[in-house]
Amino acid sequence: MTFMQKILGATAAMALSAGAALAEPALIFDLGGKFDKSFNEAAFNGAKRWADETGNSFREIELQSEAQREQALRRFAEAGANPIVMAGFAFADALGQVAADYPDTKFTIIDMVVDAPNVRSVVFNEHEGSYLVGMMAAKASQSGTVGFIGGMDIPLIRKFACGYAQGVKAVNPDANVIANMTGTTPAAWNDPVKGSELTKAQISQGADVVYAAAGGTGVGVLQTAADEDILSIGVDSNQNYLHPGKVLTSMMKRVDNAVFQAFTDGPDMETGFNVMGLANGGVGYALDDNNAPLVSDEMKAAVDEASAAIASGELAVHDYMSDDSCPALNF
Amino acid sequence: MDFLTLIQILDSSVRLATPLLLACLAGLFSERAGIFDIGLEGKMLAAAMFSAATAAITGNVWLGLLAGIGASMFLSIIHGLASITFRGNQLISGVAINFLAAGITVLVAQDWFSQGGRTPQLSGAGRFEGFDLPFADSLGSVPIFGPTYSELVSGHSILVYIAFLAVPATWYVLFRTRFGLRLRAVGENPAAVDTAGVSVVGLRYAAVAICGVLCGIAGAYLATALQAGFVKDMTAGRGFIALAALIFAKWRPWSALWTCLLFGFLQAIALRFQNIDLGVITVPVQLMDALPYILVVVILAGVGGKAIPPRAGGEPYVKER
Repeated sequence: MTFMQKILGATAAMALSAGAALAEPALIFDLGGKFDKSFNEAAFNGAKRWADETGNSFREIELQSEAQREQALRRFAEAGANPIVMAGFAFADALGQVAADYPDTKFTIIDMVVDAPNVRSVVFNEHEGSYLVGMMAAKASQSGTVGFIGGMDIPLIRKFACGYAQGVKAVNPDANVIANMTGTTPAAWNDPVKGSELTKAQISQGADVVYAAAGGTGVGVLQTAADEDILSIGVDSNQNYLHPGKVLTSMMKRVDNAVFQAFTDGPDMETGFNVMGLANGGVGYALDDNNAPLVSDEMKAAVDEASAAIASGELAVHDYMSDDSCPALNF
Repeated sequence: MDFLTLIQILDSSVRLATPLLLACLAGLFSERAGIFDIGLEGKMLAAAMFSAATAAITGNVWLGLLAGIGASMFLSIIHGLASITFRGNQLISGVAINFLAAGITVLVAQDWFSQGGRTPQLSGAGRFEGFDLPFADSLGSVPIFGPTYSELVSGHSILVYIAFLAVPATWYVLFRTRFGLRLRAVGENPAAVDTAGVSVVGLRYAAVAICGVLCGIAGAYLATALQAGFVKDMTAGRGFIALAALIFAKWRPWSALWTCLLFGFLQAIALRFQNIDLGVITVPVQLMDALPYILVVVILAGVGGKAIPPRAGGEPYVKER
């Protein structure tokens, strides 16, 4: 409610100043919805942190359909919002068309690269973060078999799977990694029932740690893992709290930091290509009270060591999207 | 493939087939009475959301089930009003119900719980837990039969048993009772039923209401037994697969059971093995996902006997012209 008041207040202020450019930043969520407990929610948290710290307000919209992408972009640009941040790779086409029409507006797109002078493209090294949680999975696993459940079968999700498998194999070269994708259509992001069945299938094949990179489907994966008393690994946001003591860790993709940074930089932001990796805190693993008993000191030390090695460039994790193949996993 | 793996796959098939079976029987009642219903998906979705929401608020899953049935019934009545009373196009009404349910579930869930169109996680009495049949433990050691009984037959939620019992019940009601005879007649030749002095409108409303109850159970099963809460669009097309199963089963209850089990089995295989390597060729998982629809097209093309829908299906009944 207070948030609505802020928006209303800002709108009123805008009306009073009669069109003077206020340069409010704007955030556009993808179809997953603002509170998906994952990717979009992380973006929202970043924006909220910025609003709390600066006392300023921002505009936001949740998309309801594919068709609204360009429309939402143009509306914010016309209204003078600056910068405009988009959470999601699917905005690339719309932004490619819109960016040139508003040369004075700065755009930030997350998870995709759009080559335009007024666009900042933020991509994450998900494979690095997944490598770390893969190491933890291999250390926590008793059976030597761990699982991965992806959402829609796209290269980005395979990048998660590939990094994870490499991490697992680094700790235990004999480990067996079972990787499943939920589907090949966007419905695969919101099918927890299928996520549950996949988890059960993986459990019956011996998996005792399952990593879900599957949006809403992941809710079903984590639920079933908790029901069946095995460990799971969350993704994007910190999902440890969903089932305390049952979620080993979460692969944090600091979308919130990317949004926060973009909002903080404001209309004068540097555009171009931004990589958020382990080196600059873009990805990582979650450690809090909910999973502290599950993470031994030895596990933490090993993961932190690998993290430092990756950050310094000593250890290279193969990126699936660089050559569409994975040395540690067959799809 | 060893025996235990087979049992696990069959177990998964049963879980996946249950919502299909309930929705398929729901469609069977409705279509046998001459009301085409492509709104099964929407009704299941609404039932899933309201059952999860009520179970979350009250902590009682049975109240949740009732609320789910109520929500599904409400949409059924709307469908009935549009297609029976006002003689509208049944397909359009069904499509509208699907859209309505997709939007309103997220809207209401967001308004009540502010968790982005989800319901809170259910636990304890807010969920249908697995239900062990008698002697499941003691018989578990008997070879072949033991694991089959304790793993496959026992241990499902009570709604699964309701769904399977609904098959003989549907058969009995449709083919052994006066109500069933009239219900089928109303789908084939409503004028004859009307001439006999039986209310066509009343029978069709009754069929649509039964459809609502069964869809309600299906939705509640998804949200409170298989899962522990509602997620937007969580039915993920199961209502449409149920429709495909209905056509494949040629509108017969026992065939519906086998068809839904087959479709559930195909899904379970696809989930367990993903890409199946047959030595010579590799069957991609996408083909397995598409197989139910391919089978329906094959059946509609007339392979293996013709699938003839109820003759008066899709047409509103007009007493006098």
